[in-house]
Amino acid sequence: MKIAGYVGGIGVLGPGLNNWPDAAAVLSGRRAYEPAATVLPAPALLPPTERRRTGRVVKTALAVALEATSRAGIEPAQLASVFASSGGDGHNCHEICRALTLEAREISPTRFANSVHNAAAGYWSIATDSKRSSTVLCAFDASFCAGLLDALIQVAVDEESLLLIAYDTEYPDPMRAKRPIPDAFGAAFVLTPHREAGSLARIEASLGFGPCDPLPDAQLESLRASIPAARCLPLLRQLAVHKEGRTVLEYLDGSNTIVEVEPCN
Amino acid sequence: MKPLLVKEFTATSCIGRGLEQTLDSLIGRRSGLQACEFETVRLDTHIGEVSGIDSQRIPADLKRFDCRNNRLAELALTQDGFLESVEEWAGRCGRKRIGVFIGTSTSGILETELAYRELDPLTGALPASFDYAATHNSFSVADYLRRRLDLEGPAMTVSCACASSAKVFGSARRMIEAGLIDAAVVGGVDSLCLTTLYGFHSLQLCSNAPCRPFDVARDGISIGEAAAFALLTRIPGTLNGDDVLLLGVGESSDAYHMSAPHPEGDGARRAMLAALSAANLRPDAIDYINLHGTGTPSNDRAESQAVTSVFGTTTPCSSTKGATGHTLGAAGALEAVISALALRNGLMPGGAQTAQLDPTLTARYLLANCHGRIARVLSNSFGFGGANCSLILGRAG
Repeated sequence: MKIAGYVGGIGVLGPGLNNWPDAAAVLSGRRAYEPAATVLPAPALLPPTERRRTGRVVKTALAVALEATSRAGIEPAQLASVFASSGGDGHNCHEICRALTLEAREISPTRFANSVHNAAAGYWSIATDSKRSSTVLCAFDASFCAGLLDALIQVAVDEESLLLIAYDTEYPDPMRAKRPIPDAFGAAFVLTPHREAGSLARIEASLGFGPCDPLPDAQLESLRASIPAARCLPLLRQLAVHKEGRTVLEYLDGSNTIVEVEPCN
Repeated sequence: MKPLLVKEFTATSCIGRGLEQTLDSLIGRRSGLQACEFETVRLDTHIGEVSGIDSQRIPADLKRFDCRNNRLAELALTQDGFLESVEEWAGRCGRKRIGVFIGTSTSGILETELAYRELDPLTGALPASFDYAATHNSFSVADYLRRRLDLEGPAMTVSCACASSAKVFGSARRMIEAGLIDAAVVGGVDSLCLTTLYGFHSLQLCSNAPCRPFDVARDGISIGEAAAFALLTRIPGTLNGDDVLLLGVGESSDAYHMSAPHPEGDGARRAMLAALSAANLRPDAIDYINLHGTGTPSNDRAESQAVTSVFGTTTPCSSTKGATGHTLGAAGALEAVISALALRNGLMPGGAQTAQLDPTLTARYLLANCHGRIARVLSNSFGFGGANCSLILGRAG
């Protein structure tokens, strides 16, 4: 069976990359990359009380998920989802670990509820009333490819339209020294089993072994290598240049995921 | 979906190391829950602690993975010849053709909790010995197992709170069906840590007594720990009657609340219906339901409503969490293994700890063991964030 589907909408948010058209301009070389701290929008989907409860990881995931579904013109509630993240909410985790060293060992209920790896998926499903299946996974630095494979296989095997969201944010000190993720990055892809009116490209994935494709721009390559979710940048670049081609993404231990990209128009 | 063979399986929890002890405890209706004396925890609660984890050793070449969660994985992996079976299968289909799909919610977070007590007084730095990737990160346990089993196929951790290790069956089945792999090691590993003990306490979801699912006086969960694994393969040409098959996986989201179930169990109902649809079965084909049955007032009420709405009030069901505790990210896989034991041994385990059934719960909850032929079992797992997953396992003959 071909592990393939159609990309219907994309969302991107990262350091110096404010949305998909902005990222596409940078990745296709139409605009120079200017690194800057990631600007996270307030999660417009959530009511004000919930907004205050969500950390940067949820804001990142929700922002790109909303951009991708808006661009695809698809109602989010129709989509199953795969959330791929190397870590959860690093700041929340730090606060819990710190609180557990204190005599009282008090963790706030909200902090604990937000500590689950699937917090972003939970907030997304509540905000969009999405009742479809949602898988939240992690494969450390290979999390993007693990998510892409899980998502594209679900699209192909179950003929299901789906939203893939890859996202990571930084840990504060002292965890930052052990897991030096510099900033927030997220990317989301609406994937459908069949070509739709707004489909951007057909993508087909397979497993391989060997080195992955670096990005020609040194600063973008540094971004790719420093945030697990940004391992998708070579795929975004191939989609941005709007040409048929293949891209090789970093997966587990010297293995890779080869993605053939065929633009729809 | 195309059914799969549950070729091998094993489980280790507070009611036993491996299948024989686990089955003995279920037959004897023994609970492994005891007053909490874990680490430095001072909470008036009961827990399901697995004995012998502290003395469990990790192979020297994988030393950096040493943490409670991976020790528990190692302990479980070496029961029932599971490790040898995977090795034999790797010889048959190739190391690149076996995937690893593990559910966890805690991973090795205990290591981080302990490391935070040892911050450098001058710099605030974590100890040099703390290894984030190999212990804390959610992928640590899948990474450990992939290396320990010397496999080279795809691998991932699913972390959807307490539905994690039921959902791995779904991801594995899709990847096998897509033809990317021929077999999958699936399972769940979750271990005791301060975050879950104090966290569930903060939500006032922990009982002081051993948890009593479906009891009129139930007042919360007992946290447990466990590791359970299964080897999934395609259906071979010939099957034995005793072989266990994965017939259906159904997944849904509540879209309701981060830490409370939908009050009428709407998401749970949809997960069960999706599993039945995937298995192409009618509700009356299910002989026994292993409930999520955590013992909180809200979960059991919602789940009972959901079960009744799909199955009516006559299908026998019970929760095994009164025996094992709620093993969180490992619960789905542990209860899939218990369901497989139920099928093999014709045993519907009566819920341990429960004394007086809540008369407002209409599902047919078993207080005593029932024996007889069981052809198909449905197992429920629900988690924070509204993640729901139901599995259907059945006998081959």
